[in-house]
Amino acid sequence: MAKVILENISKHFVSKYSTEVIAVRDFSLEIEDKEFVVFVGPSGCGKTTTLRMIAGLEEITEGKIYIGDRLINRIPAKDRDIAMVFQNYALYPHMTVYDNLAFSLEMRKFSKEEINQRVREAADLLEISELLQRKPKQLSGGQRQRVAVGRTIVRKPQVFLFDEPLSNLDAKLRVQMRGELKKLHERLSSTIIYVTHDQVEAMTMGDRIVVMKDGLIQQVGKPLDLYFHPINKFVGGFIGSPTMNFIEAKLVASNHKLYVEADGMKLIVPVEKAQQLQGSINKKVTLGIRPQDLSKASSSVDGETFKAFVEIIEPIGNEIYLDVKAGRDSLIASVDPKTKVGPHEEILLQANLENIHLFDAGNEKTLL
Amino acid sequence: MHESFWQKLLKFYIPLALFILFLLFPFYWMFNTSLKPMKELYNLKLNPFYIHSPTLDNIKTLFFETIFFRWMYNTFFVAILSTVISLGASLLAAYAIQRLKFKTSGPTGLAIFFGYLIPPTILFIPLATIIFDLRLWDSLWSLVLTYPTFLIPFCTWLLMGYFKSIPKEMEECAMIDGASRLRVFWRIVIPLCLPGIFSAGIFAFTLSWNEFLYALAFISATESKTVPIGLVTELVRGDVYHWGPLMTGALLASVPVALVYSFFVEHYVAGLTGALKE
Repeated sequence: MAKVILENISKHFVSKYSTEVIAVRDFSLEIEDKEFVVFVGPSGCGKTTTLRMIAGLEEITEGKIYIGDRLINRIPAKDRDIAMVFQNYALYPHMTVYDNLAFSLEMRKFSKEEINQRVREAADLLEISELLQRKPKQLSGGQRQRVAVGRTIVRKPQVFLFDEPLSNLDAKLRVQMRGELKKLHERLSSTIIYVTHDQVEAMTMGDRIVVMKDGLIQQVGKPLDLYFHPINKFVGGFIGSPTMNFIEAKLVASNHKLYVEADGMKLIVPVEKAQQLQGSINKKVTLGIRPQDLSKASSSVDGETFKAFVEIIEPIGNEIYLDVKAGRDSLIASVDPKTKVGPHEEILLQANLENIHLFDAGNEKTLL
Repeated sequence: MHESFWQKLLKFYIPLALFILFLLFPFYWMFNTSLKPMKELYNLKLNPFYIHSPTLDNIKTLFFETIFFRWMYNTFFVAILSTVISLGASLLAAYAIQRLKFKTSGPTGLAIFFGYLIPPTILFIPLATIIFDLRLWDSLWSLVLTYPTFLIPFCTWLLMGYFKSIPKEMEECAMIDGASRLRVFWRIVIPLCLPGIFSAGIFAFTLSWNEFLYALAFISATESKTVPIGLVTELVRGDVYHWGPLMTGALLASVPVALVYSFFVEHYVAGLTGALKE
């Protein structure tokens, strides 16, 4: 088990038309021993490319990568002592499950007994012992997934890499495997780098999350830190479901108080937040409110409630999503399932002002 | 809803039967002709689809008055060797072009393709000079060395398409698992490509088995001839066609090819459709 250190990593591709594409820029990160780190971001953000550079499948254009104390830039994939699970599992279709698991050990010239023992151990751990003589095509999606994971753990590598391993599974199985992978991490107490585009996966599994966009790290932090303190509009919108509502607004001061003013709403900024915002008065800002921070109000409170017109009602069970229109902005509110509300009704929504986010309208960075 | 028997008959079995009849007719004609005496062949009053007085004379003529078995051996020798050489070269070339992605991999692939487009009727002139310089005239090696000029481009293109269908991740995974590039090729790529390799091999074998032009141009000694050339040059004397032995020879020569096809037919079809079963 080991630390992984990435220092100013960049990756440039030359595309078909000889234009240079920068997939990853200046990526620096220190991954602690035994840490579960998740790279998350929309497709094309460079997360998989970064993982492939760590794996040795992609050349590193600039920067240095260390595993343990070893600089691995020039070390071929087979000697890096890592293991990787691919999105499509990449099981060898012509070999049995046993041979799939044994392959990496065979390549490393382990003895027959040692191979047998390790394969059985891994198979027991993943509950695939009765499948060892089958071929991959005779397995279900979940079983293939287990074999792919098993193939990585037989070798006891220093670092595990996962490239969107759950995205080919159906929703129910995905939740189940999510839990199992987390348990596995605890049992193996190993360093794991996990790539996904699914923020729920990232939030539930990661010790730390790295949010990426356009090849750049946006923010690195613990799941709840990202949720409550997004560093910019992108992270605010990416983490959390349903997505944070963004409203074009303006900061105005009146009567020694600070207000966020948008079309059809005027919300008061809590005093402790107001102090940080003195420099932004009369500037355009983006107001961010999570759907969970909106609720139906029974009476109007100045600076806290605003009128909204209900367009669609989506009952989920433990909550109801209301698609509403406030002024010219469309918002989503996630309200208590007992809330009485009909479609095409005008209601009052109350915002939990403690949890509002304000972003600079220009560079989209947080102002709080 | 299931189609009724009559619908199936009309849409499927009758067209299929007609097609099979059409395809097998030449074989029937060869068989028919090979068992008829010369007199019957030229008698227009008799029903040509029926053998009135069957005879083995044609087979006797072919076996004992020509060196048919020697020609068969020659053809096998040339076809098998050139197939092996071509497959070996094409496997490596196709893999390199498809997977190693060196700077000129695209143009190299194209160049090989263009090479295939040059018609043998033009190519045999420069090749003849080379064969002459190498003192391989009248030697079977002249054919073993020239057949790959059209077999390699063909097999390379067929295999390139096949390699493309193998998920890259499988190879990457094997490399992370600790295999070198050659190991990956041998343990992962080749086994997965067996159907493709089979079909390339069958094609190469058939093409060299049937090849006519180079064999005609480079070989003139009777004992070095291949079956297609031997039959046509030795059994057409002047303007006299010895149809009986000719057809017997043609029929016997098509047996090995038919055997090869029927033996590997499953792999062959899978290879052509690029069906890689996961």
